[in-house]
Amino acid sequence: MKHIDEYRDPSAAQRCADAIAAITTRPWTIMEICGGQTHSIVRHGIDRMLPEGVTLLHGPGCPVCVTPPGMIDAAIAIASRPDVICCSFGDMLRVPGNSGSLMAARGRGADVRMVYSPLDAVKIAQDNPGREVVFFAIGFETTAPATAMAVLQAEGMGVENFSLLVSHVLVPPAMEALLGDPDNGVQGFLAAGHVCTIAGYRDYEPIAQRFGIPIAVTGFEPLDLLQGLYMVIRQLEEGRCGVENQYARSVRADGNLVAQAAVARVFTVQAQDWRGMGTIPASGLGLAPHYAGFDALRRFPMVAVEPERANVCISGEVLRGVRKPGDCPAFGTHCTPEHPLGATMVSSEGACAAYYRYRRPHTARQQVA
Amino acid sequence: MTISLNCPIPQRDGERIELAHGSGGLLTHRLIEEIFRPAFAQSCDDLTHDGAVLGVPDGQIAFTTDSYVVQPLFFPGGDIGSLAVNGAVNDLAMCGARPLWLSAGFVIEEGFGIGDLQRIVHSMGAAAKAAGVRLVTGDTKVVERGKGDGLYINTSGIGTVVAPAPVNPAQVRPGDRIIVSGDLGRHGMAVMAAREDLGLEPPIVSDCAPVSEQVLRLIEADIPLHCLRDLTRGGLATALVEIADTAGVAMQIEQGDIPISPPVRGACEILGLDPLYVANEGRFAALVPPEAAVLALSILREFDISAAIVGRVEETGLPGSVALRTLGGSYALDLLACEQLPRIC
Repeated sequence: MKHIDEYRDPSAAQRCADAIAAITTRPWTIMEICGGQTHSIVRHGIDRMLPEGVTLLHGPGCPVCVTPPGMIDAAIAIASRPDVICCSFGDMLRVPGNSGSLMAARGRGADVRMVYSPLDAVKIAQDNPGREVVFFAIGFETTAPATAMAVLQAEGMGVENFSLLVSHVLVPPAMEALLGDPDNGVQGFLAAGHVCTIAGYRDYEPIAQRFGIPIAVTGFEPLDLLQGLYMVIRQLEEGRCGVENQYARSVRADGNLVAQAAVARVFTVQAQDWRGMGTIPASGLGLAPHYAGFDALRRFPMVAVEPERANVCISGEVLRGVRKPGDCPAFGTHCTPEHPLGATMVSSEGACAAYYRYRRPHTARQQVA
Repeated sequence: MTISLNCPIPQRDGERIELAHGSGGLLTHRLIEEIFRPAFAQSCDDLTHDGAVLGVPDGQIAFTTDSYVVQPLFFPGGDIGSLAVNGAVNDLAMCGARPLWLSAGFVIEEGFGIGDLQRIVHSMGAAAKAAGVRLVTGDTKVVERGKGDGLYINTSGIGTVVAPAPVNPAQVRPGDRIIVSGDLGRHGMAVMAAREDLGLEPPIVSDCAPVSEQVLRLIEADIPLHCLRDLTRGGLATALVEIADTAGVAMQIEQGDIPISPPVRGACEILGLDPLYVANEGRFAALVPPEAAVLALSILREFDISAAIVGRVEETGLPGSVALRTLGGSYALDLLACEQLPRIC
């Protein structure tokens, strides 16, 4: 982490922005996939350092934002049982499902615990043999290996009171779904560096070729983002469409093979519901047949996963890059981090939360307060 | 955690607090005589009375109270005891006062280890001695098992105001410089890492410390202290937003000038937390006129080399706003809607 300051150096960032300006001759629309990148862009004002006409769209890469509300409702129903301890990541606890959040359920007495790793949930299961411990497993390729390790560890140690509510999702199929939408205006992608650290970027090459779209695997610091944008714009200007790796200090083309092997052992690829985006083929992970005994929905068959209900929230369009947070009439008025209507206002990786925090006019604070 | 090795009394590990320790009877007296009195020996008067009688000097006094419920009770760089003493000391210092006397109230859960209590009260005694304050009165209550979280401590403090002029947001003027007394975010991250067993290597050490000495030095140097604020819960961002709001001024701070150590920055990056909102327990912001800023900074740097001027009070701008300048512009800091929660990835 000692590198962080290097990647925030204002003069280096300005030089990179100047280099982008020097090669840009036309307007371009580029989407950053990851919500962490969205926050970094909005917080540091990266989009404001770009030449006029270069537009950034914010993608669906916020893991809690794309978790279907029906799964959150199911987590709440399971967590509300007196024999259950429900564990998940901190960000997930505040996201509303069709009705309420896990945090609200905790306020009503459910035993909901925040963990930093799925392995912590296995430990909780060992420490509480008389109760069922359910880990609400969400996230992209980045977090799936840790979930897989938790399953393998629980199996190895014979921890029988541990199970998973799985809502893991995969990035490349979501990119294909976005590009397959005729309304999309995406001309280039910044792929998420953390995801590619695990999964590599071989899967992105056919997407780049099929859709004629340049992709740069990109990190999260200001200079990373500017360099990634430079790589994409240079390809666009030169009429090329390949995959380039800006985040070479962390990402290899093949990714982390050990992590991938653990995921392949525990999970199978399946169709997946995405909040606001519908069902995307082959875009999620479900437990492989051998590990189906760890499926919380089997252990609690009385809990059903309901479909997403209609909502005034436009977060589906925000997640697809079709609209920006400020386009929503509820943004900053009826929808705030205290009273979120949608997941994108809650999560520290959600686009609406980023705009609320970093882009509200300076007058807004007292109006809201 | 460092434990003093020259402790004169036997460690009481293995023994547990019982309800009778809070009954006012024999066990209460033993607790006072065997645990509290030795720990506070050099920093207390007579703990057997219900109250303390104090000679009040001329002028104004400052008075503060705070309760401490931190988990875990021990963390790198401190414990709930040193935190409770330094918290009261620092609240008094922020009033421009010299801290003199503290009270300490303990709510102990039945079954709490007497060895741990002994370590904590010794830490309080040492912190009081280091800060030059005396523990003059106290109270102990024991609650049934399951009705507390091990140990809660309340401290109240009294000090004499030594700043020659009022120190509060109403004194803040356009042009004032905003100085922070050292690098930010260490206490909050140290406690979070210890609570969640994050295994950071090397561990982040809390900044928990008294700041009264720094403040007294600034006053002795005739620095006009317009406003002082300790950067506890909510961190620098919350403190400045509150001051700007109360004072009705606009502020601007510079992201690149805010001192944050690489380990804190790294841990915050991993967890998706904003270090500007992370708590400190030995850091404060001073708002001083521009002509006094360089001297004030040099005094604060004698105590901590990372002290820095991070921004200023604007001549114009929306009252109550605090703008953070970043690479590509600036954004308004705000009070956080909820507690910061770690992100997924």
